[in-house]
Amino acid sequence: MLKQTEGSKAVAEAIALCRPEVICAYPISPQTHIVEALGEMVKAGNLTPCEFINVESEFAAMSVAIGASAAGARSYTATASQGLLFMVEAVYNAAGLGLPIVMTVANRAIGAPINIWNDHSDSLSQRDSGWMQLFAETNQEAVDLHIQAFRLAEELSMPIMVCMDGFILTHAFERIDIPEQNQVDSYLPPFDPRQVLDPAEPVSIGAMVGPEAFMEVKYLAHAKQMQAIERIPVLAAEFKQIFGRDSGGLIRTYCSEDAETMVIAMGSVLGTIKDTVDEMRAEGHKIGVLGIISYRPFPLEQVRAALSSCKRFVVLEKSLAVGMGGIVATDVRMAVTGSGLKGYTAIAGLGGRPITRATLHKLFLQAEQELLPPVTFVDLDWEAVNKQLTREQQTRRSGPAAENMLHDKGLISAKFG
Amino acid sequence: MFEIRVHGRGGQGVVTATEMLSVAAFEEGRHAQAFPSFGSERTGAPVVAFCRISDREIRLREPIMKPDALIIQDPTLLHQIDVFAGLKSDGYVLLNSRHSLEELGLSELITHFDATRFCTLSATDLGLKHIGRPIPNMPLIAGFAALSGLIQLESVILAINEKFKGKVAQGNIAAATEAYNLVKDMMCTPFASSPLKGENHA
Amino acid sequence: MGFQPVKFYQTGTFTIGNRLLEPDERSVQSGQARSNSINSGHRACQGCGEALGARYAIDAAMAESKGQLIAANATGCLEVFSTPYPESSWQLPWIHSLFGNAPAVATGIAAAMKVKGKTEVRVVAQGGDGGTTDIGFGCLSGMFERNDDVLYLCYDNQAYMNTGVQRSSATPPAARTATTMPVGPNPGNAFGQGKNVPEIAMAHGIPYVATATVADLRDLEYKVRRAMKMHGARYIQIFVPCPLGWGTASSDTIRMARLAKESGMFPVFEAEHGEVVGVSKIRHKIPVEEYLQPQKRFAHLFGTNGHPEMVTRMQAIADRNIRKYGLLDEEGC
Repeated sequence: MLKQTEGSKAVAEAIALCRPEVICAYPISPQTHIVEALGEMVKAGNLTPCEFINVESEFAAMSVAIGASAAGARSYTATASQGLLFMVEAVYNAAGLGLPIVMTVANRAIGAPINIWNDHSDSLSQRDSGWMQLFAETNQEAVDLHIQAFRLAEELSMPIMVCMDGFILTHAFERIDIPEQNQVDSYLPPFDPRQVLDPAEPVSIGAMVGPEAFMEVKYLAHAKQMQAIERIPVLAAEFKQIFGRDSGGLIRTYCSEDAETMVIAMGSVLGTIKDTVDEMRAEGHKIGVLGIISYRPFPLEQVRAALSSCKRFVVLEKSLAVGMGGIVATDVRMAVTGSGLKGYTAIAGLGGRPITRATLHKLFLQAEQELLPPVTFVDLDWEAVNKQLTREQQTRRSGPAAENMLHDKGLISAKFG
Repeated sequence: MFEIRVHGRGGQGVVTATEMLSVAAFEEGRHAQAFPSFGSERTGAPVVAFCRISDREIRLREPIMKPDALIIQDPTLLHQIDVFAGLKSDGYVLLNSRHSLEELGLSELITHFDATRFCTLSATDLGLKHIGRPIPNMPLIAGFAALSGLIQLESVILAINEKFKGKVAQGNIAAATEAYNLVKDMMCTPFASSPLKGENHA
Repeated sequence: MGFQPVKFYQTGTFTIGNRLLEPDERSVQSGQARSNSINSGHRACQGCGEALGARYAIDAAMAESKGQLIAANATGCLEVFSTPYPESSWQLPWIHSLFGNAPAVATGIAAAMKVKGKTEVRVVAQGGDGGTTDIGFGCLSGMFERNDDVLYLCYDNQAYMNTGVQRSSATPPAARTATTMPVGPNPGNAFGQGKNVPEIAMAHGIPYVATATVADLRDLEYKVRRAMKMHGARYIQIFVPCPLGWGTASSDTIRMARLAKESGMFPVFEAEHGEVVGVSKIRHKIPVEEYLQPQKRFAHLFGTNGHPEMVTRMQAIADRNIRKYGLLDEEGC
């Protein structure tokens, strides 16, 4: 049913349609609205049978999900930012045990300095955890990806994060088509676990594994993600058959056929990029877009193919590999190894810094003229940075950097946009 | 695309106002996108929320920096932040106040804009009168519908009925209806056409 | 006390007294139907108190649940000695996730059983004192506070033995560990520190809290079976001497546990909904020296360069326990 609703509420409805059996909730912005809505559904008896557990930490949230999933229950939780970091040990454990938990990550920056706004640092920090990561461009896609995620996770017996931009998507009201229960039921069969804690057939799960088999177990996780590369497009196609729309898949291109400059990004910023590309196309620029939906597994071949006919590319990413540059850009460059393509990395939108059409327009023009440095920090206030660097050169006790820079920039609460 | 920025303070229903606006637009078959400025949720702190309305899919995710319309829920904000920043020269402004624009010291400012598109409405009083609480957002949305002609009062009522039930819904509808009529009466020339008309539908 | 109908003055064998009893009064461990949940062949040290305690506790829980039991295990000695893959001693469904999350994993299992309507399946979580009183404490408190239907078994050997005998918040004062060496003016673990988790558990108001030792295995079985008759969060802390970590003879494990109880250093009691309902009285009160002296971890307290003042402080702790829990009968000793 078509609705004007909040992204978080829509995702909660989608989760409910997937018939989760155990939901673990710990509050952290900006994922709170999702679990709040689910909690209400369970409490009101509208989502049954389902256990909704208010845990004492994100570490416990993932741990309860691990226990529930190992006992054969379809398990779900949601988190963001510091919460994801607080549960990291259990995040790796869930993947290592091969438990098909689905978790929403309402992407948010990581402190310090503490910051509640959107970027992709949180889930990207879990790149190597063994979890698959699917990035939603819109709230409609966030809804659809959750349904596909349960199917894929349970097929492969591996966990999946569905990543949606915190606030930008989670708190946005927009038009969303909420699927019908019978559609979801025909797409997502009941959970048939590969391993289950059952007194009728006792197994030991999580035993110590020494050097004699550890590599094989780890390779299996890699093999599963390689299988996912095959399965994700198939599941997206099946999804389209039942739900009637394109959603998910590994990658998505826009105006790429004759594009000489390709812009690569993940998540909701793709919308702003597409609007910018429309403007630039109208001015005659040959520019296109490559959206990455599946960040893990990373679709190397598909990315290579999508970039095969362009002359240069810009990876615009809301993440930073400190001391290196881009995180997504590294993967993209890996995909085009040997192609001789010119690649640029643009770090943008960290901690919720707005990414505007005006900025992107300028950035892409520079990329087209091949005037960009290898790594660009988009809209960085160099004056503030240099002032702090000078201060640190001049004074041993220069004080806390973040507080100094805030002071230099003045009262920002009086500004917006 | 028509872009609306709503200014208010935490607790006044700023975010709800944009959400309701988007629902009203949705009821008319339009695409709408409402989103807050994502600050910490402290009562009384300045809050900004945004709403885009269009006849085609809205992909843009940047904040609204050049609004077509402003709804200002709290006139004390005028002295605190530059609420008019980026307002288009033909933009609409609806201010929640018992005072006139002149009394609020906006006479000079109005000269840079189309004065017929500026309006004040005592929305808090309407909220108190019909809902029993000093919540100005429903009268403001209806007032905005009247001022801009972008949305029909019926759509605002539909949105209210979707969000509220029983007495609360009735009170909000009464407040919205009175606000709509008040603003209509205040306006010299009724707008014959929607501001979205003529948008490129390509 | 009044919660144990027959007294058994155990000497160390597991069948003691059973021949004198009616079949239905015999211990779980003496019966042919015992589940052997932790099968032989595991890699615990000789004289391991934890292996013994776990065997009795889990078999008793298995008996009470009629074999419908799932166990979650924290990282630690028990997990390591019982499982190196592909061997596993566990004859019941068993999961090890992490060091600090066994209570939460158990909560998840219990939730799954509830949602699937398998009300007959019961859940235990288990860990050592480090996994319980330190790193798993947040999850433990959360599980207690929600009153999740889990029996948590803490095998308390008073230090991190798996990693090489480091101090935990259950390590007693003065004890030598790898991180509280017997050097300097105040050798061994500090006085005035440590965490009394049974009392903290009681403060959560959960249905059942008990302590037990491997010196009284009948009592341990009784408490596990009693806990298993209840629902909600339950906690049993089982005192399990560690020959390796304590520097005691492998053959002295049960004796050490008995001396700990008889000296008052480890009060044995049970509590319901935050109130103590029974204590195991001291039969022959002994001074703490008798308990401390055989242990190498306390060796620096004795001899020519010893610390009698620290022994006195230990005695004061034992005396306080005796007063607080009423561990001595009026006419006793």
